[in-house]
Amino acid sequence: MIRATLDAISLWAIPVLLVGIPLIGMMRRIKVYDVFIEGAKEGFQVAVRIIPFLVGILVAIGMFRASGAMDMLTNALRPMLSATRFPPEIFPLVILRTLSGSGSLALTTDIVKQFGPDSFIGRTAATIYGGSETTFYVLAVYFGAVGVKRTRHAIPSALVGDLVAAIVAVTVCTWMFA
Amino acid sequence: MLNYIWFGLMAIALIVAIFTGNAAAVTKGAVDSAKTAVDISLGLVGIMTLWLGIMRVAEKSGLISLLGRALRPISRLLFPDIPPDHPAIGAVIMNIAANMLGLSNAATPLGIKAMEELQELNPNKETDSNAMVTFMTLNTAGIQIIPATIIAVLAASGSKNPTAIISTTLIATICGAIAAVTTARILQRFFPVEDVGPALSRPAPAESRSHVDEEAE
Repeated sequence: MIRATLDAISLWAIPVLLVGIPLIGMMRRIKVYDVFIEGAKEGFQVAVRIIPFLVGILVAIGMFRASGAMDMLTNALRPMLSATRFPPEIFPLVILRTLSGSGSLALTTDIVKQFGPDSFIGRTAATIYGGSETTFYVLAVYFGAVGVKRTRHAIPSALVGDLVAAIVAVTVCTWMFA
Repeated sequence: MLNYIWFGLMAIALIVAIFTGNAAAVTKGAVDSAKTAVDISLGLVGIMTLWLGIMRVAEKSGLISLLGRALRPISRLLFPDIPPDHPAIGAVIMNIAANMLGLSNAATPLGIKAMEELQELNPNKETDSNAMVTFMTLNTAGIQIIPATIIAVLAASGSKNPTAIISTTLIATICGAIAAVTTARILQRFFPVEDVGPALSRPAPAESRSHVDEEAE
């Protein structure tokens, strides 16, 4: 029931907003088309403004992954993990999730195929993928769009959130599916 | 911070490549990633133009400030530095709502709009404000009610119950968001805003900003 409602909202949200917002504008006697164009003019510049930031971040991450450094990092941390109850199969995903959206989706799909979509490992991987965002992509796009260069405590705060989300994902999945 | 991470990732890649002999792969990784980055950015042009236009209509209609006023208790808690009537709050809320519904096409342009509004209130244009960090952490936490992409992956892999992960995902993402926002609130005093002198950011179009003053209480 709740899911059906949410599905319906997801399906209708955009068409309803696209008509509803100008409708209210019309009722307030606003020249909706003129105002739309005025705002829309900025679209291209914003997209272009992001390019250098995104190229910088994605190239560094792409090189890091391609060199095999990611696998070395995972292997190095494996002994530490075995001391906890964190499943070592999942760990590379936790790191990759913050770095690459397409990469972490591919890895999750891999894990799901390998261990089964209804297995504990498969569901935990899915929960980690769904429970977080590609942190460095989000940072590059949003800070890039406004030209912020000094990010202060944004990165550590976001990474703490990602780590907590991963630990909670494993804990809750262990409780529910293991 | 970003300077060290950026250089570190590339330097480590080079050092590892020397030992593994993956130089060709690293080159390909760099070139392909640069192309992907431009594809993603330019891919946003259409949807960005559409939503920035619609958002301007919403702003002129007073919808954005209405939304901000309606959710004042939450915004006061998360963004104490932002006046509740400021269009930034409305844009932030629209972005978070789009994220929760999994409307990522709409969420990114709305989020960029929110960042631009927050930048208006930011005295040091090259350094992020506390409000920006809070907003950013809410986005990196990726709060989503229905994680549609991963449910599709589970279903395609033959899961008998692909939606079983909705509850676990929601718990994980909410805990992650609370942890990120709390960490940001604790850390902000240790990262003072540097005084970088007069702002160098691009000027905002004057005519579209005038309503901010009119609507101030």
